[in-house]
Amino acid sequence: MWLAIFEQPVAGDLGAPGPLRQMIVDELTKTMHEILRSFARFLPRVAVMLVIVLVGWLIAFVLKSVLRSLLRLARFDRLAENAGAAQVLKKLALPSATELLSRFVFWIAWLGFILVGVSVLEIVGLQEHIGGFFAFLPRIFAAMFLFFIGMLAASFFSRAALLAAVNADLPSPRLIGSTIRTVITILAACMAFEELGLAEHTVLVAFAIVFGSLMLGLALAFGLGGRDLARRFLERRFAHERKEEREDELSPL
Amino acid sequence: MPEGSILSDDFLRELINVGEVDILVGLPTYNDAKTVAQVVQAIRTGLLNYFPRQRAAIINVDGGSRDPSQDLVRAASISDLQHLSNIHALRTLHCISTRYEGGPASGIALRTILSAAELLRAKVCAVFSADSTNTEPEWIGRLLSPVVKDNYDLITPTYRRNKFDGMLVQNLVYPMNRAVYSKRIREPYPTEFAFSGRLGSYFAAQDIWSQDVGKEGAGIYLTIAAITGNFRLGQSFIGTKARVDTGATDLVRAMRQTVGVLFWSLDPNFSVWSSNGMSEPVPTFGAESDLTLEPLRVNRKRLFQMFALGVAELEPVLKSILEPPTVEELQRAAALGEENFRYSDELWVRTIYEFAASYHKQVMNRDHIVQALAPLYRGRAFTFLAENRDASAEEVETKVEGLCREFESRKPYLLQMWNERK
Repeated sequence: MWLAIFEQPVAGDLGAPGPLRQMIVDELTKTMHEILRSFARFLPRVAVMLVIVLVGWLIAFVLKSVLRSLLRLARFDRLAENAGAAQVLKKLALPSATELLSRFVFWIAWLGFILVGVSVLEIVGLQEHIGGFFAFLPRIFAAMFLFFIGMLAASFFSRAALLAAVNADLPSPRLIGSTIRTVITILAACMAFEELGLAEHTVLVAFAIVFGSLMLGLALAFGLGGRDLARRFLERRFAHERKEEREDELSPL
Repeated sequence: MPEGSILSDDFLRELINVGEVDILVGLPTYNDAKTVAQVVQAIRTGLLNYFPRQRAAIINVDGGSRDPSQDLVRAASISDLQHLSNIHALRTLHCISTRYEGGPASGIALRTILSAAELLRAKVCAVFSADSTNTEPEWIGRLLSPVVKDNYDLITPTYRRNKFDGMLVQNLVYPMNRAVYSKRIREPYPTEFAFSGRLGSYFAAQDIWSQDVGKEGAGIYLTIAAITGNFRLGQSFIGTKARVDTGATDLVRAMRQTVGVLFWSLDPNFSVWSSNGMSEPVPTFGAESDLTLEPLRVNRKRLFQMFALGVAELEPVLKSILEPPTVEELQRAAALGEENFRYSDELWVRTIYEFAASYHKQVMNRDHIVQALAPLYRGRAFTFLAENRDASAEEVETKVEGLCREFESRKPYLLQMWNERK
């Protein structure tokens, strides 16, 4: 309608000669048509993107529910408790490990669908980043898996060391257990960072320095600071152990 | 069970040469050179004395001794008993020695003996401990006669013991086994016992041999399998139990072999023990219990210190295993100090049942649960020593009986924890 109005002949008060005015009108009309054509081409893509995002949300939600049920069946929370992850989550006022993992998977899945939807729009320059994101996903999962296994191992070995130290009547059992937990957790974190490709060398060097200094510190502390304790411990361990035990304990069976 | 999978070719050949036997006596060894010859002689004399008409074989299964245990067994087996008075062998008494892989492990040794017994079609079997310093020929008669003559399926021993010997058995293994499986067997983890070929075959077919319990805890599980399989059980008094080394035994290992297996057995046998009533006695030949009162040198202070240290250091572990009131009570008790500390029967039973329920629920690695019980057992042992320091044999017996009743009366608590604990 407004095009029609625009094309109405107007008295020469525009200051432009007739052919020029016609040319401007033609160009504007052409541009308008192109914009409209582009818009008409773009609209279905937006619609497709919206459909993908919506369907993606639905799939991600189903995935979350299924995963949550499976994790509950597999007693994943107990596993997380054993790994010591549950305590950390509690301290940070975060939901349970099952809930957290389910939500994480939901968001990753939905984000994936959103990015697929966005890629349908064929926006120049975005495709490469989207491809990069999908290529990075397996590494994120591998890093998470590595870290979780590391936490499990840290919990298992620290508890095993604590129990062995208590039953062997060694000094400072909890310190022994905590040291083992810390070292294994740091190692697991380093491996996870390496998998992600984040500051690989820095993390490795930092770990080597921390581990080396810890061992050196312990050796110095035990050898110099606790020289008497070390002597007593070694004497008791190797020189008088059998005699003392015989005096101390009866056959339990 | 496929015998070929556990019996070596040479051993198999030797067994085939023996043919069939009526009685098979198994003798597991591991660095028992000091005592094994005397044990073999006692077994041989016993067999010739009590069962001269039966075809018999002694099977020595060695777990990889670094001393000449096996040579001594072979030497003892060819020594001429005919010179001894009143012994007249009517049958050849075979004696075979073999070495099993993966030893030393009591379970593998027992499995080897069971496989040999099946192959030789033994009607009656017995297992003797090679580390005993006072095995007597009469033990053969006392253990085997009820199986041979009265058709019992399992005869466990009762011993003459010091009142403080075997405290883990007295304070946990016997009372809990009795409460759960409703049979009053004094030595559920016997080192000497006799059983029928029927029970041997039944036990050999159990699906335990590839598991840890089959390697180390088969001894107590044989007793449990006999109870749950409704076999005919009895016990027989055999005399004083004396070992070469009466000193320290690795407590954690002992707990794995007994308490760990007892806890483990609750899962496959839930339908049996959950519906059992109060315990009932089993037929006993001779005294059910015989306690001696000689003073023993014990460092009670160290026991208490290790208990208190365990309660303090293992707090996060214990909190995962025990109910909060039990942990608090233990912490309060540990803080009382050596003079006033007492680990009551009620608290001890509650502790054990909560441990058993946590073991069932696998709140953490199961071996860690058993290890975490060791410091608490030391606390209980401390109390047992303190309470019975001047007690007579009858008084000790009364206290053990009281503890057994506590275990039995609180069995519903175990069931409740079993079903409800999250």
